[in-house]
Amino acid sequence: MSGRLLIPVLVLLTLVLALISLGIGTLGLDYAGWLGGETSGAARLTGVVITEIRLPRMLLGVLTGAILGLSGAVLQGLLRNPLAEPGLLGISGGASLGAVIAIYYGLAAVAPLAAPLAGLAGAMAAGFAALLLARGGGTLALILAGAAISSLAGAGISLALNLAPNPYAAYEIMTWLMGSLANRGWEEILLAAPLILLGGGALLATARSLDALALGELQAESLGVDVRRTRLLALAGTGLGVGAATAVVGTIGFIGLVAPHLVRPFVGHRPGATLVPAALAGAALLTAADIATRLIRLDSPIHLGVFTALVGAPFFLWLVLRMRSRTP
Amino acid sequence: MTALTLEAITLKRGGRLVLDGVDARFAAGRLTAVIGPNGAGKSSMLEVAAGLLQPERGDVRLGDTALSGLRRQELAQRRAYLPQRVGVDWPISVERVVALGLLPQLPAFGGLPAALLPAIDRALAECDLIALRDRPATDLSGGELARVLLARAIVGDPELLIVDEPTADLDPRHAIDAARRLRARADAGRTVVMAIHDIDLAFRFADDVVAVREGRIIAAGPTDEVMRDTTLSALYDVQVRIVRDEYGPTIRFLD
Repeated sequence: MSGRLLIPVLVLLTLVLALISLGIGTLGLDYAGWLGGETSGAARLTGVVITEIRLPRMLLGVLTGAILGLSGAVLQGLLRNPLAEPGLLGISGGASLGAVIAIYYGLAAVAPLAAPLAGLAGAMAAGFAALLLARGGGTLALILAGAAISSLAGAGISLALNLAPNPYAAYEIMTWLMGSLANRGWEEILLAAPLILLGGGALLATARSLDALALGELQAESLGVDVRRTRLLALAGTGLGVGAATAVVGTIGFIGLVAPHLVRPFVGHRPGATLVPAALAGAALLTAADIATRLIRLDSPIHLGVFTALVGAPFFLWLVLRMRSRTP
Repeated sequence: MTALTLEAITLKRGGRLVLDGVDARFAAGRLTAVIGPNGAGKSSMLEVAAGLLQPERGDVRLGDTALSGLRRQELAQRRAYLPQRVGVDWPISVERVVALGLLPQLPAFGGLPAALLPAIDRALAECDLIALRDRPATDLSGGELARVLLARAIVGDPELLIVDEPTADLDPRHAIDAARRLRARADAGRTVVMAIHDIDLAFRFADDVVAVREGRIIAAGPTDEVMRDTTLSALYDVQVRIVRDEYGPTIRFLD
């Protein structure tokens, strides 16, 4: 496949997967009747299920997958490290901790949007903390600050599980942490989509600078790139976009790591040219994973985050082995 | 024809005085070698000259304009800078790496405009890279990569070219090639500055030499005037004898 065809092919793939996603569920539905505009009970039910349940689920999956893939591609380019991923800056950790706190104090049971809102606050707090800690320092400072924030958020989540007032609260926290698109509706989309789009815009604006950064920071500066501004855009874009997605969906691993690697060979490994294809690949991967979680029927449903980790971890291993064979 | 002037440059790094009132002039159409022992401040001086490091005090001027007054993109178009150690982190093709040198000229969106392609071909040909143009830059030998990075630096035909240690890690054949290419840039009327440890090569190819020691310039001028036994001995803290024979001057370090 040549680079020219890559984006059309990925768009087509995402569309096909999105359509399949709309058609999958436990209810047998009367698609023909609904599309034909019939007013029978079955046709009306089909309309409600599709527009109120499956459409928001599908859109949220596409948006989340896209922002994870995009953020992964930007961070790998910025940090010049093929193992970078959106969780690296501590923003996913912050979002998870925020949501867990809301669940822990029972806020989530009172107000349905409490967990995502608290998750958003957590993501923003983690983003600002990373920014303050890394201010003045370089890229390495940003990675180290992100690692510190991630560990702190992880410790906070463990503490919440440790102190959980009853097994149900702990169970609820665990379930949220596994990440899922189930039971997400238009409210969640309205909350997350604007931030995801805004974050995506900030991330896309780094494309040219990332190309120059392939030669290192000093060379990029000499080519007129404002490396500080690029770092800021990447952090803000990841904070807004991935923060909002994680706050609504939960932690979804490996999409952000894997998607850029899948498309990179088709764009000649240029970091800037990887961004749009990586976003599309992320959207396709997450939609496919969500379809798989609905098709695999075990006693209890498999969570999306668990599935992506199960499939993603072996890929990660393969990547490590391949890199080991390349570098002596 | 634009000369580069450093005026009373003082620079501190991590609390340490690295450059102490440096005045220097790099003339257009001449190849200037900056020589001196390790840690003398050569690289810092070049970074200041390239406008990448803000000095505590002093001015850098390109022609009549202060570097600090130039917009980022304009400076990037007029000056190219090649640091000491550059790696390419992704297996990007040689052609694309060279094209990165045109980044300041590129429109904000879209690919390479057709009008810029001849410049890439010219830079590839000048650095003997036509056969390698589709090779991933991560698969190249040290000498090949050095050529690619030089092509990257000259592809936009900058009026000022600053190169830090262009011959480090190169074998004699490639080192001479690299010096010859810089010489050709100067002969084409550009201002070329190189920091270099190989003073034999500097002696052979440079028009002017600036000798730096402990953040100060101890000698500057035409190569023959600076390259003297006494100056070089004081610069490197070892006995230096310049031996001339039918093949030209060679520099001998004694104890």
